[in-house]
Amino acid sequence: MTQKPPSLFDWHIVRPAIGNSFRKLDPRLMAKNPVMFVTMVGAALTTVAAFAALTDRGFIIQLAVWLWFTVLFANFAEAVAEGRGKAQADSLRKARKETVARRLRNSREEKVPATDLVKGDLVVCEANDVIPADGEVVEGIASVDEAAITGESAPVIRESGGDRSAVTGGTRVISDRIVIRITMERGHGFLDRMIAMVEGAKRQKTPNEIALTILLSALTIIFMLVCVTLRPFGIYSHTSFSIPVLVALLVCLIPTTIGGLLSAIGISGIDRLIRRNVMATSGRAVEAAGDVDVLLLDKTGTITLGNRMATAFVPAPKVQPEQLADAAQLASLADETPEGRSIVVLAKQQFALRGREVAQAHAKFVPFTAQTRMSGVDFPAVDGQPARTIRKGAVDAIRIHVDRLGGQFPPAVSASVEEISRAGGTPLVVAEGREVLGVVQLKDVVKGGIRERFAHLRKMGIKTIMITGDNPLTAAAIAAEAGVDDFMAQATPEAKLKRIREEQANGHLVAMTGDGTNDAPALAQADVGVAMNTGTQAAREAGNMVDLDSNPTKLIDIVEIGKQMLITRGSLTTFSIANDVAKYFAIIPAMLMATFPGIAPLNIMRLHSPTSAILSAVIFNALIIVALIPLALRGVAYKPIGALAMLQRNLLIYGLGGILVPFIGIKLIDLVISALKLA
Amino acid sequence: MQTSGWLQLAAYIAALLAITKPMGLYLMRVLDAERKTWLDPVLKPLERVTYRVLGVKPDREQDWKQYTLAMLLFSLVSCLFTYAILRLQRYLPLNPQHFGPMSPDLAFNTAVSFTTNTNWQNYGGESTLSYFSQMVGLTLHNFVSAAVGIALAAALVRGIARHSARTLGNFWVDLVRITYYLLLPICLGFAVFLVSQGMIQNFKPYTKARLLRPYTVSVEKKAANGAALLGADGKPVMEEQTIKEQTIAQGPVASQVAIKMLGTNGGGFMNANAAHPFENPTPLSNLVQMLSIFVIGSGLTYYLGRTVKNQKHGWAVWSVMTTLFLAGVLLAWWAEAKGNPIHQRLGVAAAGGNMEGKEVRFGIFNSALFATITTDASCGAVNSMHDSFTPLGGFVPLFNIQLGEIIFGGVGAGLYGMIVFVVLAVFIAGLMVGRTPEYLGKKILAYDVKMAMLALLVLCFSILGFAAWAAVSKWGLAGLNNAGPHGLSEILYAFSSGAGNNGSAFAGLSGNTPWYNTTIGLSMLIGRFLMIIPIMALAGSLGQKKVSPASAGSFPVSGGTFVVLLLGTVLLIGALNFLPVLALGPIVEHFLMFQGKLF
Repeated sequence: MTQKPPSLFDWHIVRPAIGNSFRKLDPRLMAKNPVMFVTMVGAALTTVAAFAALTDRGFIIQLAVWLWFTVLFANFAEAVAEGRGKAQADSLRKARKETVARRLRNSREEKVPATDLVKGDLVVCEANDVIPADGEVVEGIASVDEAAITGESAPVIRESGGDRSAVTGGTRVISDRIVIRITMERGHGFLDRMIAMVEGAKRQKTPNEIALTILLSALTIIFMLVCVTLRPFGIYSHTSFSIPVLVALLVCLIPTTIGGLLSAIGISGIDRLIRRNVMATSGRAVEAAGDVDVLLLDKTGTITLGNRMATAFVPAPKVQPEQLADAAQLASLADETPEGRSIVVLAKQQFALRGREVAQAHAKFVPFTAQTRMSGVDFPAVDGQPARTIRKGAVDAIRIHVDRLGGQFPPAVSASVEEISRAGGTPLVVAEGREVLGVVQLKDVVKGGIRERFAHLRKMGIKTIMITGDNPLTAAAIAAEAGVDDFMAQATPEAKLKRIREEQANGHLVAMTGDGTNDAPALAQADVGVAMNTGTQAAREAGNMVDLDSNPTKLIDIVEIGKQMLITRGSLTTFSIANDVAKYFAIIPAMLMATFPGIAPLNIMRLHSPTSAILSAVIFNALIIVALIPLALRGVAYKPIGALAMLQRNLLIYGLGGILVPFIGIKLIDLVISALKLA
Repeated sequence: MQTSGWLQLAAYIAALLAITKPMGLYLMRVLDAERKTWLDPVLKPLERVTYRVLGVKPDREQDWKQYTLAMLLFSLVSCLFTYAILRLQRYLPLNPQHFGPMSPDLAFNTAVSFTTNTNWQNYGGESTLSYFSQMVGLTLHNFVSAAVGIALAAALVRGIARHSARTLGNFWVDLVRITYYLLLPICLGFAVFLVSQGMIQNFKPYTKARLLRPYTVSVEKKAANGAALLGADGKPVMEEQTIKEQTIAQGPVASQVAIKMLGTNGGGFMNANAAHPFENPTPLSNLVQMLSIFVIGSGLTYYLGRTVKNQKHGWAVWSVMTTLFLAGVLLAWWAEAKGNPIHQRLGVAAAGGNMEGKEVRFGIFNSALFATITTDASCGAVNSMHDSFTPLGGFVPLFNIQLGEIIFGGVGAGLYGMIVFVVLAVFIAGLMVGRTPEYLGKKILAYDVKMAMLALLVLCFSILGFAAWAAVSKWGLAGLNNAGPHGLSEILYAFSSGAGNNGSAFAGLSGNTPWYNTTIGLSMLIGRFLMIIPIMALAGSLGQKKVSPASAGSFPVSGGTFVVLLLGTVLLIGALNFLPVLALGPIVEHFLMFQGKLF
């Protein structure tokens, strides 16, 4: 299930965010973001200057106000991003309300607050009990409502042993009784981590974010140097550059746009994952997902639909396809396996055959047994109809069956059987009496659209590897059909782990999904390990993400979200730096105009006056942060078109756009300012 | 802008393009001690002896710290050596003019200047230095400071090409091989060619020539203590002086000029540098000298592509350099050809543009071209007075230097400076393809960004910091001969030239004062060595990284898009910092010129 994001400016998020923007002015918090810290110091200096100013006071006050707005807008962006997470967290927190646990001590039950539970305790949960903490089912089977964390109302089965033993604190048992061994103390549980993540409370900067912060800080230092040295250069040129004007220049030149939006981008990246019901243990994992270039994908559930399906009827010579389909359908009517059902469905689809007369026909169904390795149906002879004996089964079973009845196994059918096997399918031979009617082809059905998806991934430079327990022949056929780059047949957990290590040794970053306990080492080894929520506690601990929907296809979404986060950061950085060009053309002529009126031609935007030019640049600089908040929260559109095409596209939009947009924006603001006679 | 200029420009670029690959291939051989060169029979024994004398184990490679430390120690010792020669030249041989010692501050400035491959000259060579000082004290550095630059570039390229490696090569081996196999042989041939063009090469005392037509000049009258005499009106008293004789300087010019150009040193034997007939006798010598400035820098881009096994990347870097070079030439040429509107109004303008400060033999195009080349590469040799260019014409050399000498640049230094921008371009734009930025498969992380930005910061600090100080201090202002924006350009040019290790001067600034000698000396040291340390740290970091295999998702570091991206990064990150102060200097001056104001 995918949760709809709240509208970008939902009042319930915006209102507290406004308050928080002011609260974030605390210098200790601001110091974490050097670019905005410098902006705030500049705003403070300008405010002081406004009080001290003898001339141009109106102008300096306006400057100060807009500089403060710049800081507040940046804080607001972060606050909105956090607010969106907080809304999620609040709903999660409701699930965490105080519960009473029924602890088993020496096989006696005692009631203790959930907070007192420690690792290793055993607790009992029956229908309507809330599971007090994360744990593993050690006894019994129960259906559990996990809506609190997944938002999915359909209950799921949790049972001891096997790969569906993990339960999460805060979820509710709906039926039956289970005994749970607590694996995680309260406060460190899954739900707690989830809340902390969503709220961004424990958010640590990711490696790329750190690198970017260094770049932005260094640019800030350079521009501070530029502005500080302008004062002596001004003295030399008999031009006095006032502090407010130098601050305005500084704030316009330092990358405030990306500096103000950087943390919002990171928070909203995680937020987007959570909305797709994926829990990452860290922002680092999300970023790593963007870097992944090898995906290990489980065949079943990710690449193919769960089960084999009948895909074709291949009749023996001189047998009509309808006849084969009819017999196969009759033989499968009582077969409740997905394969059997798919034969019925295929016959219905291809020849409009329905199993209608079966009930009247006093048919006797023959179930599949390990001895005969066949199933089928026997019709007694009634109303002049001859008796019919229809069997379907593996090729050698039917051969023996037909031989015993004195029939011939036609060579053409043998050929069909071989061909189907070679193509990765499973042949099922149908015989009526001693006559072989033909073969039903059962195949793994590749999910619709998956081939295109893999092609997109290939364009992004991501290699897909299919993991399957099938034999190499079958695996190769499915791999070819699905369009994966490589496959591992008859894969064991050890083989998976080995493969991951090999890929990593060659410099690749690997992502995989897994659910069973035996997947845990591979999940831990992978750079991005996505555990299925239905999986074992061991698997959930080993991975660095958990998919609450337990949908392995989502690995691809995760990679895309990771990429999108990086793209958004890069695009806004480029935009922010490119913006400087226009700001130069606004501010530099304005600063020099008083002393060197001859420089007027440099004022290519024809801005109204020096003060309006400087003010317009500062206002643009502030407003662009607000204007880009939606983009920061939503992320730059990600298109799987290859690195070069994407670079060209984003360079054009955010690079060239970043140069042009402010020219237009500053000019427009200047028109408004001069019309209102503000400067 | 005449056709002849266009044709020469096309010929120059074609020639540069043609020698890039051969030079790059030869560099591959020189910089890989395992490879053979055709000079091995002669030089291999010499190379071996050198290692034995120096106690170098040629097959022991160094990590970035050891490499850098070796380079720093070598530079320190050789700098002190030159300082000693300059101070003691009176007691040393080959001093037919009996020049006395250089003053301590000037000797510091000069020794630092040659050690850092800057070759800023606050002295006139022919009137200050003995032949010994020139040939041993300075020429030594012309070779080894160039070799050091190339060695560092090679170490950085190795860092990029290697993976999971701790070492970057051996500094001593690189230094020796570059000097023996690359610089010495080429200079030998080059010097012979220059002599064939009429350049002098001798150890004769200076020649006195009687003027056919003596002339009189009016000069400031000096008191006995050398100070100018002031009249009652406060102006200097002038006196007539008749000039009957001319001193014609002699010396081993050709051998000096060869390495001065090839090693992008630029320190002239004569004060007039490449405008002097003995230092640049013919149009052909002019062309070949200009080519020799770029040849190693250009070849290094090929070496980069070849070594990292992505030749297109090397050509992309070459294209960026060439584009910036072309833009500079065209702007300077255009501005000079357009000339000075005030002269035109007064009817005193030379035909074809601004000829002030230009050697008539070279004219406008070849002066603009030479000025652009010498400042693109941190050469600093000049064949015209940059100070006398029009404001925009003078803006080009200044801007070129402030970009950080990355347009082919000083030998080696140009490449490693450009790679800093490559790393930044890859980092900023690399995110836009949705992966942690990768440069040729290596992830660019916080440490690498830090080092790259540190290199930029150093350049910025040493230019803007010192220039700002000069602009408001009495020592700084004392050296100015021109007022207003032009004076600011002169100050800015001096420190840009120092920090960028260019060494050309805007002139007009009396740099030979203790204050300027010291501050420009410091800016040269900072611009060279404080920049090298973070770059070598970057090389070490890159060398240790693992390589992710290239795929369709890898960041492309070749092709038109990358060229545009790198250009944009150089201009946005490298140049914007200097724009405000440039606006106060040449840009304001340009607009004022059209209002009829000159400085």
